[in-house]
Amino acid sequence: MDRATVDEARLAITSFIVDNFLFGNKAEAPAADASFLETGLVDSTGVLEIVSFIEERYGISVADDELTPQNLDSVANLAAFITRKQGG
Amino acid sequence: MAFSTDVLAIDLEAEAERICARIRHLVSHELKRRGAVVALSGGIDSSCVAALCARALGKGRVFGLHMPERDSSPETLVLSQSVSEALGLDSAVEIITPVLEGLRCYQRRDDAIREVFPEFAEGWKAKIVLGGVGQGYNAYSVVIETPEGELKRQRLPLRAYLQIVAATNFKQRTRKMLEYFHADRLHYAATGTPNRLEYDQGFFVKGGDGLADLKPIAHLYKTQVYALAAHLGVPDEVCRRAPTTDTYSLAQGQDEFYFSLPYEQMDACLWGKNHGVPAAEVAAALGLSVEQIEWVYRDIEQKRATTRYLHLPAQLVEAVEELAP
Repeated sequence: MDRATVDEARLAITSFIVDNFLFGNKAEAPAADASFLETGLVDSTGVLEIVSFIEERYGISVADDELTPQNLDSVANLAAFITRKQGG
Repeated sequence: MAFSTDVLAIDLEAEAERICARIRHLVSHELKRRGAVVALSGGIDSSCVAALCARALGKGRVFGLHMPERDSSPETLVLSQSVSEALGLDSAVEIITPVLEGLRCYQRRDDAIREVFPEFAEGWKAKIVLGGVGQGYNAYSVVIETPEGELKRQRLPLRAYLQIVAATNFKQRTRKMLEYFHADRLHYAATGTPNRLEYDQGFFVKGGDGLADLKPIAHLYKTQVYALAAHLGVPDEVCRRAPTTDTYSLAQGQDEFYFSLPYEQMDACLWGKNHGVPAAEVAAALGLSVEQIEWVYRDIEQKRATTRYLHLPAQLVEAVEELAP
C-alpha cells in the first residue's frame, strides 16, 4: 500500500477530483486549501467518494468520528489527515 | 421577544381557504385537468393533501390510491383506507410487491446489504440510518436484525449505500407510475405531498414522489401540516402517527433516515435559519446546545447543496425560448 508524503497525497487527491468530478478539466482543479463546502465542488456524497478512494489507495480506515471538515474539507486537509493516519 | 415555536402557529381556516382557491385555479387553468389523484400512505402529509383536494375540488373529483408493498407496515393500508373513507373518496388498492419483484428491487437491495453483512439472508430485516447530530459529515449506516433479534450496525461504503437507495427508489417510482396511470385515465392531475421540510431538504425521489403536477403543502412546515390535517377532519389515528419512511423492513423514523432531529425541532431550526434567528435563541427555545443548532444550520445548507440536483429540471444546452414558462 502507498505510504504517502503530503505532496504526493495532494497530487493524488487533486487528480482523483479532476478525473471524477471534472471529467479531466484540469483548469478547474481546486486550490489545495479551498474549502469543498464553500466552493460547492464536492458535496457530501462527493466527500464519501473521496473517503472510499483514500481508504482503498492508502489502506486506511476512516472512522465515523473522523468524518469532519477538519479532516476532509480540502485537498490540504485530506493530505494532512492521510499522512497523520499512516504515521499513527 | 425571545424566539419560540409559536412562530409556526397559523390561521388554519384562512390557510385552508387560500390553498383550496389555489388548487382550484391550478388544476382548472394551469393544468387543465378535471380532478386530482392522491397516493395515500396513511401518513399526515398525503392525508392532508387529500383533504385539501376534496375540499377544493369536491370529493367526487379526487381519486385515492393505496399502494402498500412487502415492507410496508401492516397498519399502513388500514390507516390510508380510513382516510379515503373519512373523506368519502373513491379509491383503489394497488399492491406493488409483484412489480417490485419483477424489477428485482428487493434482490438488488439485499445484494448491496450483503456487501457489508454477507450473512444477511432472505426474510431478515434491515434499515438505513443516519449518523445523527454531530460535528462532521452525515454518513449512512445499515442496521440489520438477525432472526434471533440481534441488531448489527455498520457504516455503508458509498457504492453499497448508493445501490440500496437506487433499489428502494423503485418503490416511489413504481407508485408514481401507477398514479399517472390513474391520472391519465381519469384526466386528473397527479399530486405531490411533500411538506416544506421535505421539499426544502430534498427528502424525495426524483421521478418518484418528487414528480407531480402540483404540490399543495410544499410551503407548510410539518407542524403546520399536522395542525391543518386535524382542522380538516383527518382521522385521529393518522394525526397521532409518528412520521415514518415506511420503506425499509425494520421500523424507521424519518429522523433516523434523513433529518437529524425530530420534526418539531427541525421545523423550528428551519424557520429560525430562514428568518435569520441566531442559533443561540433557537437553542434556548428547544433546550438544545448552541453547537447542536449550529450543526443543524450547517446540515440544512449541506442538504440543500447536495439535493439541488433533485429540484433541477432537465438541463438544456440552450433555452427553447418559444416554450418559456
